[in-house]
Parts: sequence; structure tokens; C-alpha cells
Amino acid sequence: MEIKKGIAVSPGISIARSLVIDAEDYRIPRRKIMPSQRMTEIQRTRNAFKDAIRELTQLEAAQDETEGGKIKDIFAVHLRFLHDRSLRKKVTDLVHSDLVTAEYAVSATLREIASHFTKEKDAYMRERAADIYDMERRLLKHLLGGKREDVEHLTEEVAVVVRELSPTQTAGFNKKFVKGIASDAGGRTSHAAIVARSLGIPAVVALEDLTESVSEGDTVIIDGNRGIVIVNPDDETIRQYEEYSQEFVELEHKLDAIREKPAVTRDGVKVTLLGNIEFPDEAEMVLQKGGEGIGLYRTEFLYLNRPSEPTEEDHYQAYAETVDVFKHRPVIIRTADLGADKYTQSKRFAPEPNPFLGLRSIRFCLQNLMMFKTQLHAILRASVLGEVKIMFPLITNIQELMQAKMIVRDVMEDLDEESITYNKNIKVGIMVETPSAALMASTLARDVDFFSIGTNDLTQYTLAVDRGNELVSTLYSAADPAVLRLIRTVIQDAHKAQIEVHVCGEMASEPEYIMLLLGIGLRTISLTPPMIPEIKQIVRSVTIEDCNNLARKVLGMNSERQISNYLRDATRKILPEAF
Amino acid sequence: MQAGQNSLEKLICETEVEIKNADGLHMRPAMQFVDVASQFDCDVTVSNSENSVDGKSVMQMSMLAATCGTKLKIKAEGADAQEAVDALRELVEEKHFDEPTPKV
Repeated sequence: MEIKKGIAVSPGISIARSLVIDAEDYRIPRRKIMPSQRMTEIQRTRNAFKDAIRELTQLEAAQDETEGGKIKDIFAVHLRFLHDRSLRKKVTDLVHSDLVTAEYAVSATLREIASHFTKEKDAYMRERAADIYDMERRLLKHLLGGKREDVEHLTEEVAVVVRELSPTQTAGFNKKFVKGIASDAGGRTSHAAIVARSLGIPAVVALEDLTESVSEGDTVIIDGNRGIVIVNPDDETIRQYEEYSQEFVELEHKLDAIREKPAVTRDGVKVTLLGNIEFPDEAEMVLQKGGEGIGLYRTEFLYLNRPSEPTEEDHYQAYAETVDVFKHRPVIIRTADLGADKYTQSKRFAPEPNPFLGLRSIRFCLQNLMMFKTQLHAILRASVLGEVKIMFPLITNIQELMQAKMIVRDVMEDLDEESITYNKNIKVGIMVETPSAALMASTLARDVDFFSIGTNDLTQYTLAVDRGNELVSTLYSAADPAVLRLIRTVIQDAHKAQIEVHVCGEMASEPEYIMLLLGIGLRTISLTPPMIPEIKQIVRSVTIEDCNNLARKVLGMNSERQISNYLRDATRKILPEAF
Repeated sequence: MQAGQNSLEKLICETEVEIKNADGLHMRPAMQFVDVASQFDCDVTVSNSENSVDGKSVMQMSMLAATCGTKLKIKAEGADAQEAVDALRELVEEKHFDEPTPKV
């Protein structure tokens, strides 16, 4: 039994067998073998070399002599490597001496060789490491065969153990069977955390070297309340956790009981609670939890996990399915927020050196107009089915907004020509998630119908902190006075311009921020569906007067620590179970 | 270059060569080197200032990561050692792996 401590990012308890996934989407199989399995593993190694050699020979033969036969040469070199007896011996020796699997031995040996090259000063030599990684991948492919598919075609309940969860991987999960997520990297707002909360499953991140300690199939307990992961727990621990898990479910049921009650403060002020979703099938959960619409419909999943760009019909089907659940309640569809991920990076010849300050979100869309127009066409077509609104992400200046709106008008003209009906008065809004947009809010407000404050990116860009980097992630906090002042500015400017404003970042899912947000004038909150009952409970327990007093006090404070302690204490008095 | 013969009829030949092609002893030259070395029955050992490796193993040869200007010692042991050393020296220093040498 091994106990690992991390950061709890999504509540709940899961006890399940583990599914370990590495960065390349390959499952890392069990690393240790019994002495009696040596010969089998060595034979598997030999077969993998043989299969890889056969494949490379075919590839080499299929190449012509174009480009001076350079491509042919690459295959020839790889072939020569795989034929090299001393390489094969290194791998099989490792299996023999360290009692590890063929996969592990291949990976460890080739990575060690690659590390020789990466250390070289000569750039040309350094790049040779890529050849070695390529050979590693080819051998692993043959060793693992079709196992890669398993992530998508799960048939039993698993806890996913991963180095760092990417959006592409998440899009590939069969969500019905994923009961918990644990990752080596990440922070409170990492992708793993967001996904886990939206699925309502427990998650713990920042476990550092968990993937090294877990083998495929080990039982793991993921305690998303205390931030603990237990690998191979003993029977007594499992029993205790089963009991604890039961109690936790009961608390959730207690909160579910307030589902039918309105989100109104004790002094009678109505607060609108909307849900953030990523997949159409989550819309149902928003309703179940008492949400009154969709405040943030992320559409990136449509682009990830598929070989080609989604068609207009793919978009339309997804939107229609979601809108159908809500009929005449708002569904705010955010246009593609791609960038700084595998999707955009893989399309580039060389990855961007600083993707979070690079070609992402609306910038990417404005440079890929066909793709952007396809999505807008589908959103407009779906707009007659309910109360659909369009939201542009990461607007940093007025020109981007004008350009994006112009493209919406272009697409409307196309629809007119095609005689397709759509809502001509569709509401168009923007995410305010950069300091520049927050500072220019009064100007931007004249040209939009609503603002949605994206506190994750706003915090990251204001404080210059990468939330996924464990070395600095403690500096990342929405309670920083600089962030809070920007949020207040945006809310005030929206009120002055008489447009709607809501918060859709992670901040809105965290109980300690709710009184503060109400106190600075927010009346619409969009959050992860499983948290809706808890947040509603807080809304129903406070008065706006209390909130105003709290906000006044907090905005006079100068340090993040002072603010978060104060907010936590105030919330604990209202909802002690939340902590 | 010297060649010597020991009493057990095992011929040992040694020579020192300098890498002359601009990109150094990367994958493809390493492959060519191994191809030539493998045509002979003798053992071929190649060393730089730190390591000695098997001249018939492409993995070990490429791990020398010899850049342009690096000096390598080639040692051959066996009946056809002299022919092997001559052929390898020609490949490295005269043909420089059929690759361009640095512009001066």
C-alpha cells in the first residue's frame, strides 16, 4: 500500500482498477515481471524487432529516389539500427537483469541512447535524438499492437492515471467507465480538474511521480476530498473508504434536495445559475442539478479526437442536441477556443515557442476563416431551435471584435442566399479574459450584448503565471487583489452600459468566491454542473447586504493570502460541509 | 599509419582519421562506416578520447557523435586488418562519406 499526496481538484471518492496512460496515449503496461516470464518477454522483444524490420523494409522499398533518396536513407538507417545486435542485446539484457517488460526495456534503452544525442552541443547531432524516438515509437507500436484503442473502448470501470491529461485524450475517453482521474502534473485549473468536475468524478492532481508507482491494473483509491491517492490499498483501508464514500454520497443527495428551490438570496434577490459544459451529453446533468441554461458551451471537443475537421453538420447536430434540452433557456456557444494544444500545434511545421501568447482562440479562427465560418453557419442554423447566443473567446482589442462580428454578418448573408432561417437578432458577446479586454471593457461594452468573465485566463495573464507549472502554481489565485480589481471594473462597466455580465471561470465553482462576486454586483454565474447545488445553497443562505459588506472589506485588502483566508472563514460559517 | 604483426599471426592495424564532412558522423555516415567495416572478417574498434566502440555496430558508432574535425582512432584485428583500415580511412578522409565538407 502506498499513499500519495496531491491537490484535490474535484470532490468524491473512487475505488477502481487503474488505467495508466503515458503522454503518447499509449498505455504503459505493468513494468515488473516474474523471473519465469523472462523468456516470454525476450521473445516479445525479438518479435517486435522482427515486425518493425519487416515494416521498415516495406517502407524503404516503397520510396523512390526523390530528394536524392534522403527519405529512403532515413529508413535504411533505422533498419540498420534495428539490425544492430548490440542494440537488441542491450534491450534483452535489461529484461533479464531488471525483470522488466519488453515495452519498458525498449523505452528505457532507446531513451538512454537518445539522451546521448540531446546532450550534444552540435545542433545537427542533437536532432538525431528524434530518429531514436521514432524507432522507440515504432517498436512500441508493435509491442502494444492495438492496445491504444482501449482508451476509447473501455468496457470496465477504471481510474485514469496519467502524466498530464490533454484535451485530446479526454475527448477520447468513454466517459461512462472513467470513475476518477489522477495526474502527475497540473493544478486546480488544469484540464484534468476541469474535466473531472464537469463529469462529476473525483480527481487529484500534482502527484508528481504517481505514474511511476502505479502499474496497469493496480487498485487505486482516488480521494478527491482530501487530495490523496492510495495505490494497492489493504482490505481495511478499502472498507473504511467504502464507508466514507457512502457518507459523501448522502451529503450530495442532501444538496440535491434543494434542486427544485429557486436561487434567491435571503433578502429576495434572484441569482441565475448556468452550467459550463463541454459535451452535449452533459446538458442533461445541468438540468438535473438545477441549472437554468448553459453559460459556457465549449466546442473544442468537436475538433479534437477526429482525423479531419468537423463538418457543418457535425457542429449543427451537437448544438441541436444541447439546445433541445434547454428549449427556451439560454445556451451560450463559445466559438472554437483552440490553440496552445495538439490540434493547432500539430498543424504547424514547428511548434510555437510561446503558444499561450501565440495563435490561439479568436486569433486562430480569424486566420482560419473557412473553419470559423463553418462553425458560425451551424450556430446560426441552430439559433432558431432555442435561445442560442454566440460568444467569442480571448478578445484582446476592438478590431478583433469588429472583425469577428463582420464575419458573423457575412455568414448571415450566406444563409439568406441559401434561404435558411436563423435568428437575425442573435445575441453576441465576448469572453473577458485578458487584462487588455478588462481595461477596455467600457469601450467593448458598446458593441456586444454581454460579457462573460473567464477568470482562469484572466488570472493567468494578469499574474503572468502558468497554472499548470507546479513551480509557480501557488502564485496563481483569483483572490489576488489585481485580479479582483479587474473583475470589479468589468462588472461595473457592464452595468453602466446596461449589458449582461457573468463569470464562467473556475472561480464561479468555488464556494468561497460566491459572496464576493455577489457583493461586487454579479447576478449570473456559470459553473461546472456538479457544483450547482452547493453554490445554490450558499446563495440561499446569504443576504446581498452581507455580500456588499464583505466585498467592500475584501477590496480594501492588499494581499492574496489575507483575502483568501477571509473569504474561506466567511464561507465556512455558511456552508461548513464545503470544507 | 603503422602496421605490425604479432607472433600469434594476428594482424593488428591502427590508424587515426579526422572527420571532414560538415555534418559529422551522423546516422547515414555511421551506417556507411558500418557497411564498409562489415565487409571484412577482422574486428574493428573505433575510439575517440573517451570511448571505444564496435565499428560494426551502427548504434555504438553513432553514439560517438563525432562532429566535423573530431579525430578517431580505428583499430582492426584479424587477417584482413590492413585492407579494412585502408578502406575505412579512404571512406572517412577521402570520400568523406560522399558529403560536403565545410566551406572555408
